[in-house]
Amino acid sequence: MHAFEKIMKNEEQRQKEQNPEERIHNFDEVSFGYTKEQAVKEAKRCLQCQLPLCEKGCPAGISIKKFINHIACEEFDLALKTILEKNSLPGVCGRVCPAEEQCKKSCISRPKINIELLERFAAENAKKIVKNIKKTGKRIAVVGSGPAGLACGSELALMGNEVVVYEALHKPGGVLTYGIPEFRLSKKIVMDEINYIKRLGVSIKLNSVVGKLFGVDELLKKYDAVFIATGAGLPYFLGIDGENLSNVYSANEFLTRNNLMKAYKFPEYTTPVKKAKKTVVIGGGNVAVDAARVAKRLGSDVTLIYRRSRAEMPARDKEIKHAEEEGIKFMFLANPLKIIGKDDVEGIECIRMRLGKPDYSGRRMPLPVKGSEFKIACDQVIVAIGQGPNPLIGKTISLNTGKKRNIVVDTNYQTSIKNVFAGGDIITGSATVIKAISDGKKAAKIIDEKLKRG
Amino acid sequence: MYKIKEKKFLAEKTVMMKVISPDIAKKAKPGNFVILRTDEKGERIPLTIADHDLKTITIIFLVVGRTTEDLSKLNKGDYVLDVAGPLGNPVEIKNYGTVVFVAGGLGIAAIYPQLRALKKNNKVISIIGAKTKKLLFLVDEIKENSNKTIICTDDGSFGRKGFVTEALNDLIKNEKIDMVIAIGPPIMMKAVSDLTRDKKIKTIASINTIMVDGIGMCGSCRVKVKDEIKFACVDGPEFDAHDIHWDEFLKRNSRYKEEEHECMHLKK
Repeated sequence: MHAFEKIMKNEEQRQKEQNPEERIHNFDEVSFGYTKEQAVKEAKRCLQCQLPLCEKGCPAGISIKKFINHIACEEFDLALKTILEKNSLPGVCGRVCPAEEQCKKSCISRPKINIELLERFAAENAKKIVKNIKKTGKRIAVVGSGPAGLACGSELALMGNEVVVYEALHKPGGVLTYGIPEFRLSKKIVMDEINYIKRLGVSIKLNSVVGKLFGVDELLKKYDAVFIATGAGLPYFLGIDGENLSNVYSANEFLTRNNLMKAYKFPEYTTPVKKAKKTVVIGGGNVAVDAARVAKRLGSDVTLIYRRSRAEMPARDKEIKHAEEEGIKFMFLANPLKIIGKDDVEGIECIRMRLGKPDYSGRRMPLPVKGSEFKIACDQVIVAIGQGPNPLIGKTISLNTGKKRNIVVDTNYQTSIKNVFAGGDIITGSATVIKAISDGKKAAKIIDEKLKRG
Repeated sequence: MYKIKEKKFLAEKTVMMKVISPDIAKKAKPGNFVILRTDEKGERIPLTIADHDLKTITIIFLVVGRTTEDLSKLNKGDYVLDVAGPLGNPVEIKNYGTVVFVAGGLGIAAIYPQLRALKKNNKVISIIGAKTKKLLFLVDEIKENSNKTIICTDDGSFGRKGFVTEALNDLIKNEKIDMVIAIGPPIMMKAVSDLTRDKKIKTIASINTIMVDGIGMCGSCRVKVKDEIKFACVDGPEFDAHDIHWDEFLKRNSRYKEEEHECMHLKK
């Protein structure tokens, strides 16, 4: 088909989604992904540009043009094979990657090709084939089984190295498991992709708290290199009155209880979570929106308070829209001053904000409007104002750390200790899944080359 | 999966288990705890490591809720699904002078490894208490490892009648005390803290907060110490008792009372 014809027949394929009225009563995935027919149609819309700009935008470096062409030709196994050469977590990325800011950003088709949905389709509709890999005889320990650790581990395994991943929790996946809710990222998909990574030869040791059970120094005796990918799991609090009342959660606690421990199925699952009537979520990132949507599904009325305006919200637009459809209220330009209550939360006092000049992040700085204090009645508050690097390892080994207690690395992901590397949120503070995957992959290449040089 | 090597009831509703976990045993220090989960649908709960040998760690727990009830039903040869640790900061072992351990209920299990570690360089006095005689345990072991032991029961069925705080108050009159370590029900620790604050005796409390991950990721265990928020799992579990905001801690620690009750009476 010529490009011209493609443009004439250019009908964007939309994936099916659960109705908002229905989905606020369950934790099942909101989006169903493409059917085979839809995927092929969408893939056929791709102009197969001579110079695929989309590929420049992919932090994992996937051969997007090639895999889309395979889908268009109904060669799904080949499509997945193409993706897996660069990314071991396609089902995850197909769901949570902010594609609109990456690959899709420079797509010249109109409407733009839904690359992430095609990736998701391939992940679920083709066989993951594992080939025999020539062993290098090198052994690497990875600390943390979140996106950075999994990407680094799978990449190193594909290069023939022996990899052991140490995970502190009882389930692998890091933020994919404890953080991102089921309705946005099915845990079955996460486990399927982790099982594929295990088939590549990566072994995962659960309940292994590095820094406590094993020191990094001990790992260095058993392994040729160590990659630290412990993520940004430390929740920040506001430091305002009333923050330690019952029914005030960090988003991390609220999400961990529900995602990792399945508290939404209480009492079948025995980890409890409070059932609130009116929840206020504070924050504007993906974590805040996730927490708000979980609270909604637990039957609460939910208001999300953000100190800037919608335009500055760091959360993905797609997820904000989903949240709006689900009836979550957004209150912009408001900042909490104190949480009111005796034993339990009774309300929250806020102040109106206005936007001033841009700050260091380039976003306009929120400034309080004098005398504009107001109260909102609520019985639950979820604080989702960000997470810092996990401090546990930094406490037990003398690695150079930065202001936010992040591990400092050079451009080669090398820490201040020889043969110890780090990547993902532990070096940057809270960022995206794909950024962590990209770090893990790049670090793997550097570690592999370094070990080969000896 | 972690195999149970030994199990026995030490007192009414008080179970001792030795669980095979050589890696944890190798690193365990007095004051450390583990987080465990009995089965796929179970909760993660923290339990103090009461003792350890080369291969096993010993946990002692009171059957008070769903998880401890499920755990108490496991027997020798059965497996605990998940055990993670050793977590928390160990107690600092040095010469303090005269150290008084005040323990109530399950706290008796928690002071046991600590007093054994401290007895080498300190005069160790133990005050242990329970509601009634049949809830007391490890009495001989505590006696053996303390220079002096005072036993209290609320009903007077064994030892001194009354609370551990009363015994401590009497002891303070006759003895120069350099440090008090209090472990037990929150209300007991608060009472000890109030008493020793007046007498200006340095007091450490090991707090048993509600935890989820136990590795500093959720803040469920947060507690105000002086005016800072601390996470009991990674900053504690021991804090200067006089700096803990006890009232807030007591409230936070009972926040799932209703849910615990609901859960106790339902089958999984």
